[in-house]
Amino acid sequence: MPDNSHTLPSPGAPEIRQRRARVSLVWLVPIAAALVGLSMVVQNWLSAGPQITVSFQTAEGLEANKTQVKYKNVVIGLVTGIRLSEDQTRVIATIELEQKAEPFARKDTQFWVVRPRIGASGVSGVDTLLSGAFIGADPGRSDEARREFVGLEAPPPVTFGVEGKHFTLHTEDLGSLGIGSPIYYRRIQVGQVVSYALAEDGKGVDVKIFVNAPYDSFVTSDTRFWNASGIDVSLGASGLRVDTQSLSSILAGGIAFQAPNYSPEAVPAEEYREFELHRNAQQAMAPYDGTPRFVRMRFDQTLRGLQVDAPVEFLGVPIGRVVSVNLDFDEQSKNFPVVVGAVIFPKRLGQAHQKLMAAYGGEDNEANTARLLEMLVERGLRAQARTGNLLTGQLYISLDFDRTAPAVAYDPNARPMTIPTIGGSFDKLQEQLQAIVDKLGNLPIDSMAENLNGSLGELRQTLRQVNADVLPQLQRTLERSEQTLQNVNQSLAEGSPQRQQLGDTLNEVQRAVRSVRVLSDYLNRNPESLLRGRGGDDTPASFKREATSRELNQESRP
Amino acid sequence: MSQPPYAADLGLQLCHDCGQVCRLSDRDCPRCDAVLHRRKPNSIARTWALLVAALIFYLPANLLPVMFTDLFGHGSENTILSGVIEFWKGGSWDIALLIFIASVIVPCMKFFVLALLLVTAQRRSRWAMRERARLYRFIETIGYWSMLDVLVVALVAALVQFRTLSTIEPRLGILFFGLVVVLTMLASMSFDPRLIWDAERQDAR
Repeated sequence: MPDNSHTLPSPGAPEIRQRRARVSLVWLVPIAAALVGLSMVVQNWLSAGPQITVSFQTAEGLEANKTQVKYKNVVIGLVTGIRLSEDQTRVIATIELEQKAEPFARKDTQFWVVRPRIGASGVSGVDTLLSGAFIGADPGRSDEARREFVGLEAPPPVTFGVEGKHFTLHTEDLGSLGIGSPIYYRRIQVGQVVSYALAEDGKGVDVKIFVNAPYDSFVTSDTRFWNASGIDVSLGASGLRVDTQSLSSILAGGIAFQAPNYSPEAVPAEEYREFELHRNAQQAMAPYDGTPRFVRMRFDQTLRGLQVDAPVEFLGVPIGRVVSVNLDFDEQSKNFPVVVGAVIFPKRLGQAHQKLMAAYGGEDNEANTARLLEMLVERGLRAQARTGNLLTGQLYISLDFDRTAPAVAYDPNARPMTIPTIGGSFDKLQEQLQAIVDKLGNLPIDSMAENLNGSLGELRQTLRQVNADVLPQLQRTLERSEQTLQNVNQSLAEGSPQRQQLGDTLNEVQRAVRSVRVLSDYLNRNPESLLRGRGGDDTPASFKREATSRELNQESRP
Repeated sequence: MSQPPYAADLGLQLCHDCGQVCRLSDRDCPRCDAVLHRRKPNSIARTWALLVAALIFYLPANLLPVMFTDLFGHGSENTILSGVIEFWKGGSWDIALLIFIASVIVPCMKFFVLALLLVTAQRRSRWAMRERARLYRFIETIGYWSMLDVLVVALVAALVQFRTLSTIEPRLGILFFGLVVVLTMLASMSFDPRLIWDAERQDAR
């Protein structure tokens, strides 16, 4: 302790200098550490994108801090929290987007959960079977920023940046269409149904479709769309028809479109243009029908086989279809007429309609149609239910001129317009058949049958007599004749005396014939012997030697 | 004083490298040529600096993920604590405990003990000097145990590489954790335990 004072002062100034320098150097380490930490914090803060919330119906497959948000399979964010909404109806996922993912926090951004899906139109999201679900996103085009979103339950069929055009189709009902149902152009898939919604007045459905580029240029102002869903089997007055588009459209439904072959003024349709969705190709490709007019017809006969949608034909041209078949009751005649309602398209008459309308002042309105109808009815136009198909008994309504029909009063101001009717052709046939049956019924079949009965009795009596008398006699006769034949057989048998005698007799006859021939030969040579008699030694040659009549002739020649 | 005199009282100092007893006036060790100091130079400031740096790095080491596990396409990142919790929930509490001790308790203890030693040494406190010396020896011994975590990650990341089936990759957190362990070890090395006993003398420096 006392030595302290000796040693202390010796290392003075240099040590202090050294210490100061060392102090500053050592403290660089924590400063560097702090800088690194700070830079990381700053970078993290700078790279942090917007925080958004997306609500889903279920959190199935979602996990906080694990489920990623992807666009084109690039990670753009992470689910950092999942909680229930305040009313416990939905799940709210909090998502931290990356800084570059600013366009995904726009008003029209779409979010959906990608899970494995198996549908009629294919299988998707198989990779999520192993990796777990992720949230798919589609950036919006809007400039308006937004932080709260409602997630889609199914992936949107059209993703951002795909070129093409949207169109809207109006239809009566959706049929078997759904989101993602394919759009076909000449049976090539060119787009799909994006969404559908009920029309504002509830009378129809608006279907939004998307047609991919470059096929969207085939949608022109003249293009017709029709429903190509499923198998269209129709049994009408024109027979059985089966229409399909493709196997997948049978399952998932589909829409086809095409422009008429002759459409000179067609221009590519602008985006969001609205079209009518027809029921089938035939209807779609038919020329524009104009405004339909409703007409009514009263038939006094049964109309079995007349169905709604049955055609209405004017002189064989289909100009409309039946829309209702109702039974009515007539107080006065106490019978049940059938009231058929139909829509007709006067424009389908084509040039005839144009000319007729021109005659009536050119305006195509209901009053003019009524006046046109009045003129036609005066000239004998009548509606008639005719059989279109004998096999199925389908009926159709035919408008035809019948000069013999009795005149009817026509009120051109009555609405709906009423077309007078006459009985159907099949009814006429039935009447004729009835008349024939009636005549057949008037025949005196009873007395005819009685007479016939008497005659038959007599015939039976006669036959009995024949059986009793004639037949036994006939049998006896036959027996006798058989006996006779037996006798004849016996007499002609080999070795019988009769046969011997017969042979002898025949030999005799032969000899006699020969002598006659010798005589005739002799007389031929010596005809004088008939007068003088035979010469003394002049014996006939045949007696000298065997000679034929020819040899005899040769001898006589010299 | 029944105790033997201090080296400084005798005008002597110890060479840190070869243990040679030298005179206080010597600048270099006459035997091994190392620079001579009475105590480790600037010990408290250095230890403080390294300790603060380690503390700063300890934050990202715990907040950032240390490991990325990709199992059948299902990837996940784990921080140290989330890994411990996962092991604990998975039922292997022993492994969870081991990781927790090696990577949380040991570094935290080192921070605490070093800070305590530094504060008491600066204040020349005479409180529990023997225990403090024992604590110092203790943290010197267990210091490198914290490297267990780093080794596990390095080993597993090197071994588990089955492409699409499963992959384990180290993440930035483990680098910071390794830095923390290295810095705390450097800090405890730069601390001179003789400073504890210098408090016995008023003027010792």
